[in-house]
Amino acid sequence: MTFEIFLQMFPIALMFSAPIILTALGGLFSERSGIVNIALEGIMMVGAFTGATITVLLENSTPAAAWIGLLGGLLAGIVFSLLHAVASINLKADQVISGTALNILAGGLTVYLCQIIFHQQRTRAFSYGIKKLSVPGLSKIPVLGRMFFDQVYPTFYIAIAMVLLTWFVVYKTPLGLRMRACGEHPQAAASMGINVSKMRYFGVLVSGALGGLGGAVMVLTADIQYTLVSIHGTGFISLASLVFGRWNPFGVLGAGFFFGFSTALSFYAKDIPLLSGLPGEFFYILPYLLTIIALLFFAGKSVGPKAAGQIYESGER
Amino acid sequence: MSNIVEMLHITKDFPGIRANDDITLQVEERSIHALLGENGAGKSTLMSILFGLYQPDAGTIRIRGKEVKVSDPNVATALGIGMVHQHFKLVHNFTVTENIILGMEPRKGLLVDMRTAEQKVEDISKLYGLAVDPRSKIEEISVSMQQRVEILKMLYRDAEILIFDEPTAVLTPQEIHELMQIMRRLVEEGKTILLITHKLKEIKEVADVCSVLRRGKLVGTVPVADTDEERMAEMMVGRQVSFHVQKTLAKPGDVLLRVEGLNVKNQKGVLGVKNLSLSVRAGEILGLCGIDGNGQTELVQAITGLTKVESGRIFLRDIDITHLSIKERSDLGLGHIPEDRQKHGLVLDFTLGENFIIHNYYKEPFAHWGILNKKAILENAQRLIKEFDVRSGQGAITPARAMSGGNQQKAIVAREIDRSPDVFIVVQPTRGLDVGAIEYIHKRIIGERDKNKAILLVSLELDEIMDLSDRIAVIYNGEIVGIVDAAETNENELGLMMSGALHKAQEAAQTGREPAHV
Repeated sequence: MTFEIFLQMFPIALMFSAPIILTALGGLFSERSGIVNIALEGIMMVGAFTGATITVLLENSTPAAAWIGLLGGLLAGIVFSLLHAVASINLKADQVISGTALNILAGGLTVYLCQIIFHQQRTRAFSYGIKKLSVPGLSKIPVLGRMFFDQVYPTFYIAIAMVLLTWFVVYKTPLGLRMRACGEHPQAAASMGINVSKMRYFGVLVSGALGGLGGAVMVLTADIQYTLVSIHGTGFISLASLVFGRWNPFGVLGAGFFFGFSTALSFYAKDIPLLSGLPGEFFYILPYLLTIIALLFFAGKSVGPKAAGQIYESGER
Repeated sequence: MSNIVEMLHITKDFPGIRANDDITLQVEERSIHALLGENGAGKSTLMSILFGLYQPDAGTIRIRGKEVKVSDPNVATALGIGMVHQHFKLVHNFTVTENIILGMEPRKGLLVDMRTAEQKVEDISKLYGLAVDPRSKIEEISVSMQQRVEILKMLYRDAEILIFDEPTAVLTPQEIHELMQIMRRLVEEGKTILLITHKLKEIKEVADVCSVLRRGKLVGTVPVADTDEERMAEMMVGRQVSFHVQKTLAKPGDVLLRVEGLNVKNQKGVLGVKNLSLSVRAGEILGLCGIDGNGQTELVQAITGLTKVESGRIFLRDIDITHLSIKERSDLGLGHIPEDRQKHGLVLDFTLGENFIIHNYYKEPFAHWGILNKKAILENAQRLIKEFDVRSGQGAITPARAMSGGNQQKAIVAREIDRSPDVFIVVQPTRGLDVGAIEYIHKRIIGERDKNKAILLVSLELDEIMDLSDRIAVIYNGEIVGIVDAAETNENELGLMMSGALHKAQEAAQTGREPAHV
């Protein structure tokens, strides 16, 4: 029965959505402050590697290993994104090139570290990642309970909380106002006494934190170990979600859920009568195809921060 | 009364140019002190030093009698100095209030206290008669309202000394009048104003004292009441200046530009130009006047090919150019001094010399066998720089971005007049220029007319339209509401037509035929 499959798909879709939403929110901070961050993919890889490694190494000594892994991923993301901040803010490098370099670096770096720590090109498999939970009471609600509260990874709730927090910080606080001003018109912000470099550092480092967290969430919910292909383009899908969601936290939530659902669809397509005739490969390309389509439709309309990607020179007319 | 600002023996060097040379400026509290000078005379540099954007190489600054070091704009703000820049520094998708409070937000716990902020902005706005809606988005309000937001930014920070950098360059005559009233109101409330300008009329209207700068040096400081426009102009330029262009009667020939039943959509997607017809003959200047935003931009962009037309046709001589590319039109002899000099006039990251050959870069002598000829480009640049007095730090190799607004404008005018196109669309040719430069450029435009070129002059400055034009077409709400003989009209009649209150010679406008000339 199709509706039953739909309900079964939901927790899976939420599992895939969480890292996309978290990482896209990271991109939101970075781009709102004026720095294009296509290094999200690489940041996720570093976060995922760190998360998996910590979990593997600690799981025999503490039951909270996976949660410490998440925190480790977050911190590793910050450190890694620092490279992007220095290159694009202090050294005034082209942000796309810096991001591309980081993406390439992340692959080599993580595999190299795996080799040193585990003597293989991947981390050892962990026995448990983040565990699923059912929310007492709420999971008993008909339909909705099964969609959102029964056997769900708590990482999805973290993502939702981050959406609300992001909205609050970006739109309601002085910090958010200043950060957005730096992304729209850095000269205007500077003329009001705002330290543009500092705000941009903040944006990039938060994107590192959320991207690293997103990567760790991904590997600790959807995988059993970190490999070179654990992230397989999710960072770029997050970037697409940011565009698709129009640089707005709630838009990002919707877009992230959309991509998460399309990923889940590739697992369940063979069970859906209408779709089962199509080759399985079709559904594997679906998230990426949708990414391209979404970008085609939305990228042209310049609703993003105006100064994102521009190098800021304080003396410019 | 005492001096609130004293800048003593200020000297500032830039590569290749001494921008300020031993300038001493003393400003009395509660006065409007004008700073007059040609483009590149050093006014903006001097004010940038006061505002902390530049550091002087020599000299001292005293504020309220105390010697200070203004190391950056934050220090200036703390000293009660505020500046309205020529190019506004506003975030387009923020509200008025958000722009004003940026960096100094009132808080309620962790939140921005938007309600208190809006109330405060509204209160200040009311006190000085600014009539700004605190909740509007910047991109939705007019340029003159945006300027008021800039003023509010300073007032919100309790600025006592307000620097205005050529504030009227972007305003219509009505808006200029309103700004003057606002300035008076500010002084009444105890503020001191420093006004950078090269418009003598405004100084006469609003300023108390005027300091004149020429080529980096202070020529003199005079009370405005004891002087007149001619005197000030002479001090500024260093010679006598004539305010009115000498010209002979036009001898119109064949129609060179004809627009028939033109409809053009504006940015909002509605018709900005409606069923508009007009024609310009060889050897005449047709002035197009109207309040900003009545279809001038759309008409000019349609003629020059920057935007596509909905319907109607455009002829250059007898060639239908309606659907030709910009380059094809240009090659047929269409010239254009664009409204937005930074967007359509110059490539800001190219040098001055490169900007001069932007039309002809592939032709001899600038290119030979597909390779640029540096020597010819340099010679061409040096000739134009000399002829049009374009001032810049490093001459032909100065990046356009590094030049002052007035000199950017001169560069565009020089390039376009030098091409001597048969049909010349001239939009705000003297925007941001001083009287000396205006005099010269007006002379050159008349010269083009006398060479039997057809000129369409679009300007928001009524004086310029009336001085230069042979015939004047008035545009209102996308339609030509009247075409009159320049010699037989006056400001009053034009003003009425510009506001849509009076229609005249409607038939002539519709058929594209003009009244007979002598």
